Amino acid sequence: MKNSKRLSTKSKTPLLIIGAAVFVIVAAVMNICLGASGMSLAKLWSALMAGPGSSANQRILWYVRFPRTLACLLAGAGLAVSGAIIQKVLANDLASPGIIGVNAGAGLAVTICCAFGVFSAWAVAGSSFAGAMIATALVVAAGRKSKASKTTVVLGGVAVTACLNALTETVLTIVPDAALSSRDFRIGGFSSVNRDRLIPAAILIIAGIIFVCTLSNELDVLSLGDDTAHSLGLNVSLVRNGLLALAALLAGASVSFAGVLGFVGLIVPHMARRIAGTESGTLLPFCALSGAGFVAVCDLIARMIFAPYELPTGIILSILGGPFFIWLLHKRRGKKS
Amino acid sequence: MIEISDLCVSYDGEEVLHGVGMSFPTGKISVLIGPNGCGKSTTIRSIVRLTEDARGTIKIDGTDIDGLSAQELARKAAYLPQSHSISGISVARLVMHGRFPYLSYPRRYRREDYEKVDQALEWMGITDLRHRRMDDLSGGQRQKAYLAMALAQDTDIILMDEPTTFLDIRNQIELLERSRMLADSGKTIVMILHDLDAVLRYADHVVLMDSGKAQAEGSAEEVLKDPALASAFGIVPRFFEAEDGLHCYVTK
Repeated sequence: MKNSKRLSTKSKTPLLIIGAAVFVIVAAVMNICLGASGMSLAKLWSALMAGPGSSANQRILWYVRFPRTLACLLAGAGLAVSGAIIQKVLANDLASPGIIGVNAGAGLAVTICCAFGVFSAWAVAGSSFAGAMIATALVVAAGRKSKASKTTVVLGGVAVTACLNALTETVLTIVPDAALSSRDFRIGGFSSVNRDRLIPAAILIIAGIIFVCTLSNELDVLSLGDDTAHSLGLNVSLVRNGLLALAALLAGASVSFAGVLGFVGLIVPHMARRIAGTESGTLLPFCALSGAGFVAVCDLIARMIFAPYELPTGIILSILGGPFFIWLLHKRRGKKS
Repeated sequence: MIEISDLCVSYDGEEVLHGVGMSFPTGKISVLIGPNGCGKSTTIRSIVRLTEDARGTIKIDGTDIDGLSAQELARKAAYLPQSHSISGISVARLVMHGRFPYLSYPRRYRREDYEKVDQALEWMGITDLRHRRMDDLSGGQRQKAYLAMALAQDTDIILMDEPTTFLDIRNQIELLERSRMLADSGKTIVMILHDLDAVLRYADHVVLMDSGKAQAEGSAEEVLKDPALASAFGIVPRFFEAEDGLHCYVTK
């Protein structure tokens, strides 16, 4: 080999990541500055430098806007990466944590946990992960056992979601005190984000995203198909199940403080693939950043659109996500014909 | 050298290979022929342990594959399935996945990995396609990219399950010519083909399979002239001599 170029793939990764990071910063600053009580950049800076304190701006920044914005960023990143993993592992672009029942499983588990009077942050995060994991295992196992088509797996997920949501409502009817923040949790939102609950979820989401980014090669090899992946020396079932567990962890941790926030894991990976391509090394960090920024923007819209009234962020996401899902179905049908 | 002895494979409790034995010599093109469902693909898949319920012995250069880890086996034999999932990754990225068996977590590519990838792309004549997306390529270009991935895997053995199936005549010939060059460079090539004339021209060693058993094994001419061929396919092979050697066509 006379002149190895040392770069066998043309990499736009740094540029895309910088672009997405700028989007996150702009969305986060807007989310902090705009609202019922506006805050200029100068005031934001001085409140930031002063640290937590008793002035109005300091209180708004440190006790309201900052935790809320952080929650938006974490939930957006966690759900978007979870969706990207699920879509790639199941080779199904209609799958996402909201659609195949992962979020609903997490929601039910959190509700049951609270119905038993366990409100500790780690217990809520743990039960949320367990619920997400059980729902994932249920849908994937049923799909594999019946050798269902990609669309059937999604339909199975929709059925599982409906059952799990019905069970959640049943628990809430019997034990009304289990409703953590009532409407916000079931639709998904950030109006009652609690810093204590955010900390364990933040640790899980950040660690989970970093770890899954180190598995980008495994994820790409897996998407070449089981036979090819196996012949390249990959332990297919171990990696597939491990990645699905990570997806459930990310979705579960997000649901534990943001509620059952739908469609982030569907919309963001699709848009991210269109911009960043399908290679996981770029796609996963790009998804994390763009998901974070996207949810922050949706939350801002939810707070501003009927100000001073506030909508749960999940409503904005459902309004965007419903038509998006129909568009995806239409696109798939177009491809088939 | 691959040696298979007494190989039995079952799917869902039903045995499809019944004590198969055959060998594939080093540095040659070996071709498996036989009617659909006779167990050709299952035999090839067994060499890379893709069949779950398998008994018998498969040795690569004297080493039983059961004693090899998944990574060790992937460094000995590359496998190209009949159909591939078409993703939107670039050709270069696909070929880089051929280096997967050589990397441990967290899979950082080394200088030699990039060099092997560049060599594989150059060898297959697709360096100019390196930045193209796989889903933008023609069937022939895609097959070359997958073969480049197998080359980057740097194995002595390349197994191909019906590699010419979706290719036009020109791309079929090109693939077989490339396979010849690979065999001449010392690699053991095993493939499944249905075109008996191509088998006659390119195969050094042929195994005829029928009903889950090896029915005949030897040179292309020997196997194609064996009466077992006519009974396996229910056809009559006819031969004629041309300027470039012996050719074959079939009649009912």
